[in-house]
Amino acid sequence: MANMFSKHSSAQFRRISRSGFISFWRNQAVSLAALFAMTITLFAIGALMVGSTFLDVFLGTIKDKVDVTVYFVEDAQESDILTVKSSLEALPEVFSTEYVSRDVALAAFRERHKDDAVMLAALDEIGSNPLRASINIKARELSQYESVTKFLEGENAVVAPSGTSIIEKVNYRQNKLVIDRMNKLIDYSRRLGTALIFILSLMSVLVTFNTISLALYSARDEISVMKLVGAANNFVRGPFLVQGAMYGVISGLCAAALLYPITLWLGSISAAAFGGLNIFSYYLAHFGRILIVLLVSGVAIGILSSYLAIIRYLKV
Amino acid sequence: MIVFDNITKIYSDHSKALDKVSFSIEQGEFVSIVGQSGAGKSTLLKMILIEELPTHGKVLFDTLNIHTLPRKLIPEYRRRIGSIFQDFRLLPNRTAYENIAFAMEAAGRSEEEIDADVPHALDLVGLKSKMWNFPHEMSGGEKQRAAIARAIVNQPVLIIADEPTGNLDPLNTQEIIQVLKKINDLGTTVILTTHNKGVIDSLKKRVITMEHGTIVRDDIHGKYVL
Repeated sequence: MANMFSKHSSAQFRRISRSGFISFWRNQAVSLAALFAMTITLFAIGALMVGSTFLDVFLGTIKDKVDVTVYFVEDAQESDILTVKSSLEALPEVFSTEYVSRDVALAAFRERHKDDAVMLAALDEIGSNPLRASINIKARELSQYESVTKFLEGENAVVAPSGTSIIEKVNYRQNKLVIDRMNKLIDYSRRLGTALIFILSLMSVLVTFNTISLALYSARDEISVMKLVGAANNFVRGPFLVQGAMYGVISGLCAAALLYPITLWLGSISAAAFGGLNIFSYYLAHFGRILIVLLVSGVAIGILSSYLAIIRYLKV
Repeated sequence: MIVFDNITKIYSDHSKALDKVSFSIEQGEFVSIVGQSGAGKSTLLKMILIEELPTHGKVLFDTLNIHTLPRKLIPEYRRRIGSIFQDFRLLPNRTAYENIAFAMEAAGRSEEEIDADVPHALDLVGLKSKMWNFPHEMSGGEKQRAAIARAIVNQPVLIIADEPTGNLDPLNTQEIIQVLKKINDLGTTVILTTHNKGVIDSLKKRVITMEHGTIVRDDIHGKYVL
């Protein structure tokens, strides 16, 4: 009995799939209209996905360039500085720290100015090392530099035996304005990106839904006949869902292919504008993921639109 | 076999399509329902197909009150009835063969049965040569014959034909009526609605005459009287 049932179900599934394929092929005008609308939808989703992730990577690299440096007084002991370093690393906000000793700072300074004879002569004239030891701190988020700075300026700072703080200055206050502005800019960009993705995706999904609704509207008489000759709802609905899925698959492939020339064209422009970040390389590197997202969302939109649009015509 | 028990149908715009209609049809009968447009003929047939629900009264099909059937059992019930319409209502993107096969597929019949029965049904209505033609490649008479083949292929106990000759010329009309008579001779109950006086008078079968939603005549060997 169970065997009979599964044999019957698989035969019906085969019929439904075949019927969906045949209808897709024979209703070419309707299929083309649906494919066109859905390709635009998926292209918009793909472009937004590539664009927003690309923006994210770009904002990430900008964020990465920001740090604060804490300079220590000339007679600060290295052991005290390292104590500061380890207490900084214990903070959850701190992503990384880098200790630059006075000697390393001097060597870097000399290297940087190796072609500047006047500067090197001035340095030699001073005789001793005028540079201060420092720690470069990178926080996990731009907004966290404030609290890291407060920590350094507060009572937790290591104090020299003389009773004064070994910290000479923290350059956050000088850079605060820039960091705050950048923080706001990144925040706005992300919010705008998310809102854009949401609104544009919703709009394009609605356009696709309407196109599929129109396609089903033109088939409403056909659907009522199917019902009147005794077809069950699933048997009537099935081929339309198969068609919806086919629209999704073909449009997903078209949209992914369409992104190729567009990102290729934008590649060199983006590399020049965003400091070497190439959107085409990003597209190629993440092609598999992009394709899967487009195919899955295409099939989901196609099936869901067909499912929702057919409900009213099944009430015969 | 079918009993209309005091059926009243009032539409949402308060128009009364049927008013306390009662009659019964026995198995194997050929019943014609005549009346002017708006007399309630099509509403009666829609009641049998559960396309419309009565406002009052009940319709019994072999003692089953069909309007109390759960929705999921309606397809199975409809497969016991073959429907023929004035505008043929074939699936436009399917060949004659596929249109008839669809009714069998919907009923869950096997591929072997479909392969054997579809050509047979098309042969019965004289349309075997048009098996692979699409509806737009067929004449009105051929389309209606394909629709009849679809209606009979699941061996229904009842055929309802709603003005099946309304769009056909006299020659095709006679052919379609002959096919329906042949089906009736083989034991299937037929309910026909028509405006065609010639058809009714030549049939010499039971005629129910309707006017303004009520039955005004019911003659065993009726004629077209309006």
